Amino acid sequence: MRSKLGFFSDEKFRSIFFQTLVVGLFALGLFFVINTTSYNLEKRNIATGWSFLNNPAGFDISFSPFLEFKSTDTHLKVYFVGVLNTLLVSVTGCIAATILGFILGIVRLSSNWLLSRLVYIYVEFSRNVPLLLQIILWYSILIQLPRVKQSLQILDVFYISNRGLYSPRPIFESGFSYVSIAIVLALISSFLIKRWAKKRQDTTGQQFPVFSSSIGLIFVIPLILFFILGSPLSFEHPEMKGFNFKGGLVIRPEFIAMFLALSIYTAAFISEIVRAGIMSVSKGQREASAAIGLKQTWIMRLIIIPQALRVIVPPLTSQYLNLTKNSSLGIAVGYADLVHGFGGISLNQTGQAIECMAIVMATYLSISLTISFFMNIYNRSIQFKEK
Amino acid sequence: MKKLLSIFAVAAFAFSANAGTLDDVKNRGFLKCGVTTGLAGFAAPDDSGEWAGLDADMCRAVAVAVFGDRSKVEFITTTGKSRFPTLASGEVDMLARNTTWTISRDVNLGFEFVGVNFYDGQGFMVPSALGVSSATELDGATVCIQTGTTTELNLADFFRLNGISYEALPIETNDEGKENLFAGRCDVYTTDASGLSSTRAAASNPNKWKVLPEIISKEPLGPLVRHGDHQWGDVVRWSLNAMIIAEELGVTSENVDAQMSSNVPEVLRLLGVEGNYGEMLELSNDWAYQIIKQIGNYSESYEANVGPDTPLEIARGLNALWTQGGILYAPPFR
Repeated sequence: MRSKLGFFSDEKFRSIFFQTLVVGLFALGLFFVINTTSYNLEKRNIATGWSFLNNPAGFDISFSPFLEFKSTDTHLKVYFVGVLNTLLVSVTGCIAATILGFILGIVRLSSNWLLSRLVYIYVEFSRNVPLLLQIILWYSILIQLPRVKQSLQILDVFYISNRGLYSPRPIFESGFSYVSIAIVLALISSFLIKRWAKKRQDTTGQQFPVFSSSIGLIFVIPLILFFILGSPLSFEHPEMKGFNFKGGLVIRPEFIAMFLALSIYTAAFISEIVRAGIMSVSKGQREASAAIGLKQTWIMRLIIIPQALRVIVPPLTSQYLNLTKNSSLGIAVGYADLVHGFGGISLNQTGQAIECMAIVMATYLSISLTISFFMNIYNRSIQFKEK
Repeated sequence: MKKLLSIFAVAAFAFSANAGTLDDVKNRGFLKCGVTTGLAGFAAPDDSGEWAGLDADMCRAVAVAVFGDRSKVEFITTTGKSRFPTLASGEVDMLARNTTWTISRDVNLGFEFVGVNFYDGQGFMVPSALGVSSATELDGATVCIQTGTTTELNLADFFRLNGISYEALPIETNDEGKENLFAGRCDVYTTDASGLSSTRAAASNPNKWKVLPEIISKEPLGPLVRHGDHQWGDVVRWSLNAMIIAEELGVTSENVDAQMSSNVPEVLRLLGVEGNYGEMLELSNDWAYQIIKQIGNYSESYEANVGPDTPLEIARGLNALWTQGGILYAPPFR
């Protein structure tokens, strides 16, 4: 005979009941949030909608290396400038953090006591000091550089001041496109050569100097072509005019501060991931490869790293995601990223807080999911292949 | 389940319901007032850590009107960007944060500007050593600019109109602007002229800095509240007006007690001796008396915080009474 609580002793019923309850409460919560928001927006006479995206921004953004931006451009363009700037600092930051992280992770395992201790101190320092402070620290150092009129001059072409690093800007003339085509063709053929050489080595055991032949293809042939075409490349040098340097390429201190802080901070985490990955490869592997007479560098490259990568890549992906999301701290030093430009200035000038924030959040979500997607593909490619 | 639903409904109602701000403030026991992160003369902590300045006085005046006690106020700092969400979300009861009254803020953002406590205009400040005498000579300069402000938009307009270029260095707070200007990261700092005077006064050697003659915009700065709560809007509006009217009538914190037996009818109405204006506002009848007694009239607040005898050295100019060549004007107290 079932008691009143009999249903609850049925596991299936219980599980369905609680799941329905949770989903129901969640939906109810969501409903109230949306309801309350729209009610309050209406009550406070706050206009909503997306039409503001096509209104002129009215303000200027000076840091826009990829798109020309004028104050008459729309808020939509502010958004694109922001996305590009976010991607710029995230991509360069991820590359630098990966390289630095791998080097540090390997050095940390070195038998050299001093080197490994130094890396240890570096890792503990940068992991345990808040990123925001590190960004502000770098920025404070950079704006203490000489003023623009007293710029440090290096090799007569580079100028360093607290307004940034000025360097000559390459100007590609008409014939240069042939050189670019040659470089692309060389890259493709080196890739094909590498595949062919691997296949040949697998079947016949004969080796082919892939590295040196690729270097020859990628550098030497385009270089010869470059001189045959009469050096179709010139440089525009920065010149001091009035208040600022005019012309040339400039890297702003806001970007440098963000880049340094993000890559140095994330590199500390990556170095620990790399260290863990390498240590996860069993000692027997190293001993066995040493026993068959492989060189120390080969052991690392052919035996240890490929196995370590299986452990390294998943947490590495989340570090890339972290770095990308952390780039939103650019607002602290006025770096014109997505949050600062669109999610900050546009939001404030138009008052469309909910719309702007929704767009910014959706954008970060898309960027993160894209990174995860490609990293997952890479992760699958390095897993053990069951044959 | 029914019980749960009703709890939710009540919670949602409490969340969305908006009782009168005046009642909220009275129940809470103190006023929450949004001010700048620190702009000497307008709102900045003084040597003893007390908030002082023209805007801080505005906050205190409202606190006095409601509680009769100038200390019943919590100052909440807001940046140029955070100020509007802070007010809209109800985190503060009012803003007195040198905020420019514009149509879009008044209408589209859902706020209510209740008056003007400082008539300002946007100016430029440069190092004297730069040798610049007019803003039109600033072609190619790097300009420090607070984001999310009307000055940011005026700046773009001004340079566009004059066909000259500039590089904007976006900053969040006045302190950041100061730091970047003093370090030479930017050549020019632009904000309201009063803000420039305040920044200049805070420099180690003010003579090294020069405010250019151009004033490129009108910036009426005033306190604001959320749109729709007219009772609360009236309290803030008339706290400001009471200070202006007190100056017109020559009532000061010094002579306010003597003025209680004045023979001028408007003085008696202002001080609550005659009429029941306090009741109309749901305040005590001596609310204006207390403001004048504890804070002073507009002139006293001005002279103590931004006037010629302070480091800011801002002459009354537009901010003089309408009877004295300015445009400061309050509707009659009757």
